[in-house]
Amino acid sequence: MKIATKFLGEVEIGEQDILTFEHGLLGLEDEREFVLLPIDADLPLALLQSVQHVEIGFVVAYPFAFKQDYSFDISEEDREHLQIVKEENVLTYAIVTMKETFQDSTINLLAPVILNIEKKRGKQIVLQDNKAFPLRYPMQPLEGSAK
Amino acid sequence: MLVLSRKKDESIMIGDQIEIKILAVEGDQIKLGIVAPKTVKVHRSEVFEAIQAQNKEALASSSSFLEHLKKK
Repeated sequence: MKIATKFLGEVEIGEQDILTFEHGLLGLEDEREFVLLPIDADLPLALLQSVQHVEIGFVVAYPFAFKQDYSFDISEEDREHLQIVKEENVLTYAIVTMKETFQDSTINLLAPVILNIEKKRGKQIVLQDNKAFPLRYPMQPLEGSAK
Repeated sequence: MLVLSRKKDESIMIGDQIEIKILAVEGDQIKLGIVAPKTVKVHRSEVFEAIQAQNKEALASSSSFLEHLKKK
């Protein structure tokens, strides 16, 4: 089926690409079905796009590209919710808040999006409020990127 | 909403595993002690509100985003 996306025009997706967020995202509790679409092979970014609503599309970043020591435990409750069995099926993304410039843009390390790619389930989890997990972490230019 | 009055050092139980105790009352600040199983997450409500607001702000990213990014 074809869906309209916020930044990438119309994209062909299959049923198997749909990730179910049983609880939606925080503030968007009714938005349950998303797909993860690549933006650019050279960038650690993707588009988390709602299947139903074109305007609901989040640019998400691979957080470890921006903060190498980012690490946290996924609670037992969230593991069960996401039906996590094998660690290698878990992907972590951080939602990007894009500003006028890349330098002013931030990523949300406090509430990462966790995906179980095997079970096609996702959840935005909330980490214990802590200085190590800022809500607005500056998105420094990537190493090696052209200025 | 259930409303209960408690004094300092008194507590309430939520279910049989979660205890919330009033540790101190200082002016308009109340210090709570929370005993709960590890699987129960306890957050200040403001944290959730801030994340909701951040999600909305992230959605407001303009569609010029990609061109923007490629120029960098």
